Amino acid sequence: MAESTTHPITAAPEAKHIEPHEAGAPSRRDFLLIATGAFAAVGAAAVLWPFVDQMNPDAASLALASIEVDVSQIDRGQSITVMWRGKPVFIRNRTDQEVQSAKEVPLADLKDPIARNLNLDANAPATDANRAPADREQWLVMVGVCTHLGCVPLGQQGDYGGWFCPCHGSHYDTAGRIRKGPAPENLLVPTLAFVDDTTIRIG
Amino acid sequence: MHDHFPRYEPKSAVGRWFDSRLPATRMLYDSFVAYPIPRNLNYWYTFGGILSIMLVVQILTGVVLAMHYIPSADMAFESVEKIMRDVNYGWLLRYLHANGASMFFVAVYVHIFRGMYYGSYKEPRELLWILGVIIFLLMMATGFMGYVLPWGQMSFWGATVITNLFSAIPLVGSAIVTWLWGGFAVGEPTLNRFFSLHYLLPFMIAGVVILHVWALHVTGQTNPTGIEVKSKKDVVPFTPHATVKDAFALVMFFILFSWFVFYQPNFLGHPDNYVKANPLVTPAHIVPEWYFLPFYAILRAIPSKLGGVVAMFASILVLFVLPWLDTSKVRSANYRPLFRQFFWILVVVCIGLGWLGSRPPEGVYVVAARILTAYYFLHFLVILPLLGIFETPRPRPASIADAVLSRKGGGLFRPAGAPAAPEGRG
Repeated sequence: MAESTTHPITAAPEAKHIEPHEAGAPSRRDFLLIATGAFAAVGAAAVLWPFVDQMNPDAASLALASIEVDVSQIDRGQSITVMWRGKPVFIRNRTDQEVQSAKEVPLADLKDPIARNLNLDANAPATDANRAPADREQWLVMVGVCTHLGCVPLGQQGDYGGWFCPCHGSHYDTAGRIRKGPAPENLLVPTLAFVDDTTIRIG
Repeated sequence: MHDHFPRYEPKSAVGRWFDSRLPATRMLYDSFVAYPIPRNLNYWYTFGGILSIMLVVQILTGVVLAMHYIPSADMAFESVEKIMRDVNYGWLLRYLHANGASMFFVAVYVHIFRGMYYGSYKEPRELLWILGVIIFLLMMATGFMGYVLPWGQMSFWGATVITNLFSAIPLVGSAIVTWLWGGFAVGEPTLNRFFSLHYLLPFMIAGVVILHVWALHVTGQTNPTGIEVKSKKDVVPFTPHATVKDAFALVMFFILFSWFVFYQPNFLGHPDNYVKANPLVTPAHIVPEWYFLPFYAILRAIPSKLGGVVAMFASILVLFVLPWLDTSKVRSANYRPLFRQFFWILVVVCIGLGWLGSRPPEGVYVVAARILTAYYFLHFLVILPLLGIFETPRPRPASIADAVLSRKGGGLFRPAGAPAAPEGRG
């Protein structure tokens, strides 16, 4: 046993030289090589990470307070756009006709059958009731960013009387649900709550 | 092939001293003076030189513009207007830079289509071609980020649309987009990093250009016959032949460039970019710069977000495998009667896609864009592989010299009746 473990470097010059691969077993050198390589790879990755992660949103961007919006001045059939997290948010006081036409759409006609409402279960169906705030069906609050490539859709336009994205032709209905065009998802309903009858907190 | 013309011989003691320590002069001399080029190169082959000079123009004007530009969401738009109105010759430098980008792409598209027409990508020049496609991708990234810097409406919304392309990636898409933006929308962090990268990428382009020219000088240039150089009769030295021809073409190209800069400086731009970026209002009709329009048309032609993005990237990536998709052993379209027709159809299709990319995405435009997009991929993935099998090429000349002498009677650079190749005798 003692002879077979003789290392090529430490062996006396006259000893018969046996390369580890000739002996058929992985040598201590193989182990050291792999261990060193693995250590260097982990080290390189650890150094790389700060260079990658610095591009993510910084602390100031993440420290985003929620906003409160006074909606008392918005009549039926009017909308406003407010900024939240650097994005536009549409707040619309819908007409009865808009609500009605949104309610009449069978779920099977929807391109995206999921509500995309952060206040609800992730799989909630995209009914009009699930798009509007609870018990306030005439209101509609959505992030005004087209789910295709991020343009701001134009209100009360398009084939469904809802929103139309001028960039690549996505049509949303009066509940902000994608009906036609390249956008894959309904407009996102952010986390929101009515603080009182005329104030909405977003975020 | 490198030994057709006398190589560098340092003439002074100082020259010999340097040459034995750092043979930079020798490298330049052997690459741009004594280097043999096919004697039948036409003006389509001058665009490589034009492109190198355009890169220099863009770097020079860009470096001085960066001395006055402020990459901040509040100040970027104003600083560009300040360059236009207050900075000495600022208008000239900015118009040179903005139109220079367009001219750069004019030249690169000519250069790419020249390579396709003459089969320049075929063995043994596959790597040369692939390096070129990498340069093209880097140019697109640089051009895109440069267009964002003035922080006008098209800057902002172009940046929004293009960065949102990555949101189509399943699972990690939105995390990647947030990472690219440094926020939850395109904003100040985005502008800052784009400025940093816009400054960096041209130097990366310069690095890949060196590899591109290196690979070119290993294999030698192609030529309109597509026949490899066989003897000294086929070549002339780079200087003066290519040097003078490239310089003349460059002057002609600069006349066009200057016409845009001095007479139509905003023709290739978009008026909306003279409106400061507003995150609440998307312009009624977003279009990218003209040189991205064919790819934009492909993006919009597919009625699915991920599909459109995949098709758009695939339309460029397909160029990487072009050397293996074209199965014909004959390089030049001059001897490929069918390929030549399909080549021109592809040119028309690409221009048509460009035009459709500038139209609103509705009605007949969408249908047309789908047809042309389908044809674009059909050309590369079906027509090219099949042509190599079914096409009967026309007979090719035995050598470049044969082709030139039979056509011109007396040779390209000599009066009729002079010996065809005096340097080859005795």
